[in-house]
Amino acid sequence: MTEAAASAVRAPHKLSVEGPGRGWRVLVWLHRNLFSSIGNTVLTLAVVAAVLLVVPPFFRWAVTNATLWGVTKSACVGDGACWAFVRMRLPIFIFGLFPPGERWRVVLAFVLLVGFAIPVLRERTRHRWIYLVALLTVFPVLAGMLLVGGVAGLPFVDTNLWGGLMLDVTISFVAVAGSLPLGILLAFGRRSQLVVVRTLSVCFIELWRGVPLLTVLFMAAVMLPLFLPHGITVDRLIRAMVALVLFNAAYMAEIVRGGLQGVAEEQEEAAASLGLSWLHVQGFVVLPQAMRIVVPGIINTVVDLFKDTTLVTIVGLSDLLGMVDQALKDPAWLGLATEGYAFTALVFFVCCFAMSAYGRSVERHLRRGHATTGVRKR
Amino acid sequence: MVRRPSRRARIAQWFVLLGVAAAVWYLFSNAAENIGRRNVPFGFGYLGNTANFDIPFRLIDFAPGDTYGRALLVCLLNTLLVSAMSIVTATLLGLLVGIMRLSTNWLVRNLALGFIELVRNTPILVQIVFWYVAVLQTLPGPRQSIALLGGILLNIRGIYLPVPVFAADAATLGWVALALLVATPLAWRLRLAGRPIGVKALVLPLLALACVAFGIAHVDAPTLQGFNIAGGVQLPPELAALWAGLSIYAAAFIAEIVRSTIQAVQHGQREAALSLGLKPGLVLFLVVLPQALRMMVPPMTSQYLNLIKSSSLGAAVAYPEIFQIFAGTVLNQSGRETETFLIVMAVFLGINLSVSAVMNWFNRLVSLQVVR
Repeated sequence: MTEAAASAVRAPHKLSVEGPGRGWRVLVWLHRNLFSSIGNTVLTLAVVAAVLLVVPPFFRWAVTNATLWGVTKSACVGDGACWAFVRMRLPIFIFGLFPPGERWRVVLAFVLLVGFAIPVLRERTRHRWIYLVALLTVFPVLAGMLLVGGVAGLPFVDTNLWGGLMLDVTISFVAVAGSLPLGILLAFGRRSQLVVVRTLSVCFIELWRGVPLLTVLFMAAVMLPLFLPHGITVDRLIRAMVALVLFNAAYMAEIVRGGLQGVAEEQEEAAASLGLSWLHVQGFVVLPQAMRIVVPGIINTVVDLFKDTTLVTIVGLSDLLGMVDQALKDPAWLGLATEGYAFTALVFFVCCFAMSAYGRSVERHLRRGHATTGVRKR
Repeated sequence: MVRRPSRRARIAQWFVLLGVAAAVWYLFSNAAENIGRRNVPFGFGYLGNTANFDIPFRLIDFAPGDTYGRALLVCLLNTLLVSAMSIVTATLLGLLVGIMRLSTNWLVRNLALGFIELVRNTPILVQIVFWYVAVLQTLPGPRQSIALLGGILLNIRGIYLPVPVFAADAATLGWVALALLVATPLAWRLRLAGRPIGVKALVLPLLALACVAFGIAHVDAPTLQGFNIAGGVQLPPELAALWAGLSIYAAAFIAEIVRSTIQAVQHGQREAALSLGLKPGLVLFLVVLPQALRMMVPPMTSQYLNLIKSSSLGAAVAYPEIFQIFAGTVLNQSGRETETFLIVMAVFLGINLSVSAVMNWFNRLVSLQVVR
């Protein structure tokens, strides 16, 4: 027991004057959170033992005994991780086979993405929709020019050379930018009073939600040429993107539909009684309120979608996972699967955790602002 | 111009239908033309042709001379096997982690949180491949097998589990056990001397379990013989990796469902139970969890469906499930892309629709109903 705690016990009358000391508060916290009962104490000790059993060996492997510097596998001695492998292959993991002299274009495109996305994602932005429209129209044109090239003196880069993390980010952006508008349309379609529109939307949504993404990607890779006129071929990357857009549109539609249902019916009635047409009611009154509610849901879908871009490896595109898989087969660096996959997992974890954390902060913000909006939970 | 909105809408929807029909007709006429150019008529008759490949892991007999139709059945069973195994382990693990997440113990609570965040934020494909390549393929050979609790052996050829061997005359006991299981939901509804049987009906499945246990003659444990393992049942590393990946990934999502539904049980329920003098553990198992389980059914259903769909990722580790064999081997051998894809999609749609039908029925069974 610390000095402050001991004195607090001996002289309780002092508590009312200056409150319990710091050490006492620590003890109370420890008692409440770790040692409140015999069972709890046993549990705490068991967890501590398990953590001690796992964490120090892992730390020794990943940090203390690991090799970071070195250019060949022979530099990796001892039983630690061989991070030299990841360090040597880092450019390929990030840019794929993008020509080394042109990689600044990828970096610039990424900087543009961040620049365009910040005003959309910031908590306080006026006229957010203008920035959103810019992100969905101006940015893709600029980024497309940068990445594909062939214009303004930039050499053309074939999409076969795209790969690594850059491919994951590109595919994710296209999939989100394409599936969100389509999803909103489908959500309205599913809520429509027109039988034909509703049935078509329901069929479309349930078909995509009922089959695995892998089937959809494979179908796009193998079957899409079948449905196009003879002689027309579509780029492999574009096929995968089309598949991801259609697949995720179904999931986006269900999330947006939830938001549309969360907007109080009176809002719609009030707007209609002011003489607004259906399009104006939905576009100016219902949709803006619905989109506010569904932001956390959309971010969840984006996180899932970003993780799912690893599946393009199976249809022959080389994203980060694909690049790591290829690098692991290099005879000069055999037997480093743990390092390779740990690195892949870490990259995805950092990106996805950041996105989920942002989603949670938006959710908290929304919950605080709930009382003043016309939004009602159903 | 048409003035009345309702009529205008009706006209608009006919235009939508016309547009969609035109697009579908265009795509299918292209497909018909492309298929026609190939001189291979469309049809599912090829399922009767002999398949010249082997399926390394199977539950029923299959040899390279059998038909594609039989291969379909073998793969379907493999898909169902890995899905069922993963659903059971994911549910148990998810329940455990979800309850840990609500523990009053800071360490336990945050350990669970760390597990959930780590698993949810890494792609499932990376996890499956990690288990396969970085864990299971680095295990020692059969002679240096790692022995686990309960006679389980672990080596580079997979996981070896001991299996019970039933006595020759155990078939009758099996039928009795089955009958007891079937009778359980019926007994649940029955009334005995004017009082509903309800939970007491759970004695029947226990009796069934006892019947099965009674029929076991001996346990066939895996042992090292020469250079290989004999006896027991072998789970190949492909199955084990897929099982581990699917279970752990789904468990993280299920844990969050468990946590949120337990928290959604009205606080008064817990307080009332505590004030009756129940211990915290009993409050959880007798009062809170039964109510939370009810709310869990719809979100759990969608997790189960996700898990079944994710089982197609077995293709990444060459587990012979429906996607790996049909969208891979069969498609390449037979050259029938359209038919094969229709089969694969129909199988997944079929499994998903049946599971959601069963879960919806279960949901109606357990959800609170207003007593009339």
